[in-house]
Amino acid sequence: MSGYMSGILAILAINIIFAYGIYLSVATGQLNLGGAGFQAVGAYAAAYLSATYGFPVFLTLLSGLLLSGVFGFAIALPILRTRGVYLVLATFAFAEVIAGALLNSDTFGGAMGISVPGYVEWYVPVIIAAVVTLFVFYIMSTRFGLNMRAIHDDEEVSDLMGVPIRKVKVIAFSMGAALAGLAGGLYAHTFTFVEVQSFNAILSIYVLLYVLLGGTQTAWGPLAGATFFTLLPEVLRDLLPATKTFLVGLVGDAENVAPPDESWRFVILGVLTVLMMVFRPEGLITRPMLAHLRLRRPSAPNASGEALE
Amino acid sequence: MLEVEALNVTYGRTRAVQSLDMTVGDNEVVTVLGSNGAGKTSLLRALQGAVGTSGGRIVFDGKNITAKSPAARVKAGMVLVPEGRQIFVSMTVNENLLMGAYLRRDDNIERDLTEIYDRFPNLAERRHMSAKTLSGGEQQMLAIGRALVGRPRLIMLDEPSLGLSPLYVDRLFNLLGELNKDGIAILLVEQNTSMALDIASRGYVLELGRKVLEDRAEALATNTALTEAYLGGSDGDGSARVLDEQP
Repeated sequence: MSGYMSGILAILAINIIFAYGIYLSVATGQLNLGGAGFQAVGAYAAAYLSATYGFPVFLTLLSGLLLSGVFGFAIALPILRTRGVYLVLATFAFAEVIAGALLNSDTFGGAMGISVPGYVEWYVPVIIAAVVTLFVFYIMSTRFGLNMRAIHDDEEVSDLMGVPIRKVKVIAFSMGAALAGLAGGLYAHTFTFVEVQSFNAILSIYVLLYVLLGGTQTAWGPLAGATFFTLLPEVLRDLLPATKTFLVGLVGDAENVAPPDESWRFVILGVLTVLMMVFRPEGLITRPMLAHLRLRRPSAPNASGEALE
Repeated sequence: MLEVEALNVTYGRTRAVQSLDMTVGDNEVVTVLGSNGAGKTSLLRALQGAVGTSGGRIVFDGKNITAKSPAARVKAGMVLVPEGRQIFVSMTVNENLLMGAYLRRDDNIERDLTEIYDRFPNLAERRHMSAKTLSGGEQQMLAIGRALVGRPRLIMLDEPSLGLSPLYVDRLFNLLGELNKDGIAILLVEQNTSMALDIASRGYVLELGRKVLEDRAEALATNTALTEAYLGGSDGDGSARVLDEQP
């Protein structure tokens, strides 16, 4: 496998894990714009432990996951009292605080960043992403997942039904933070270098876009969203120059054909994002769509075996 | 079964319910009437614990539950069907019903679901369909079905007939009658005064958060001031002072 392909697969895997981290809180009705903060915690924990103490990768990843989960839990308690745009701002502020703290810390290399000695091959994030995907699918199929969806749909009625809203929210948010931290740890070991600038607001926005545009109704959403938005720029990277060559060949005059070139990747990405919001506001993958696909399969397994617990 | 003493509910400086006394007996149907803004919804929400009280006591089955969480009240056997058919729209019919069994940890949930599907054949047909695709009447039945899965002994309903077709209003009141026959006490807040008084044994009339009238249902049904205010008898004259706002 070429270095390019394995690099893409590693990024894809990291983005999927990251998207699932944010998904767990969004599926509970809590928008989370602090993704970069949690990823930074995981990445720096892994980088620091690897660089300073020479921890094996397995341990640094675990530490990143746990530390980020603890951070998530600690801020979930006060932060989840806020709602809507205030919650978005609060999570966003958290990410900024983390970035600011890291930037001003000599221990963590400040603006210089940290070189990470431990390197992982592309298949490590891919395998972990597969495990995380199965884990999130499992969570969503349990009673706990049903409670998350209930809170997402209608917090007040969930309360009346006796769902412990706060507990479910805090657990989902913390688990999500842990997954984002795991993605950060994998990032550190894949690129063997971390710097604060990588964990910026754009990253938080992108990962939230993966989730929202992929669809929050099922665990397929973040998978589809992260895959689509990670691969699209790469596909366009090849496609755009080819289109240009084609157009030049057609018109026969290279002088007057400016677009589309490389830089148009992000224009197309932006346009697609807006189109998705207009035409599929509930995301790429929705429940009715999955139900439709299931019906069309000839011997669809009857859903009557639906689990109670 | 339910005793309310001197209940106060306030939102900031607004007093939604003021020193209200009321009771619901075992297996009784009681209705609460009053115009918009009379405090009926606030009363039900306070009874279920969705809003806090600022005075008074709520006693259910001899136990003071005034400070208990909604979950504890559901467990104790009382459940509120909120106004506006608030079902979980991203879920299937079956998942909605399962949410009603949230606090149950026994093995009979499946059996009770079957019972509920027997009661609501329309829901049984659509059990794996999205609850969003149900008609308004079916959604109301689902909301009631979801409440029933919790095996309540007192079910409180907030304007259940609101926005339903006449056919479903009839079905709804038939259903309430059946539930009452099965031993469930009902506290009903309704716009449809005549049908509510038909099914209830007693009624309370609220106005601006205070109880202004309390009587047997037959007596309330023949109370001219009340019927004029609610059933649009004669054109408004001074006699309807008890309830000056037309619903």
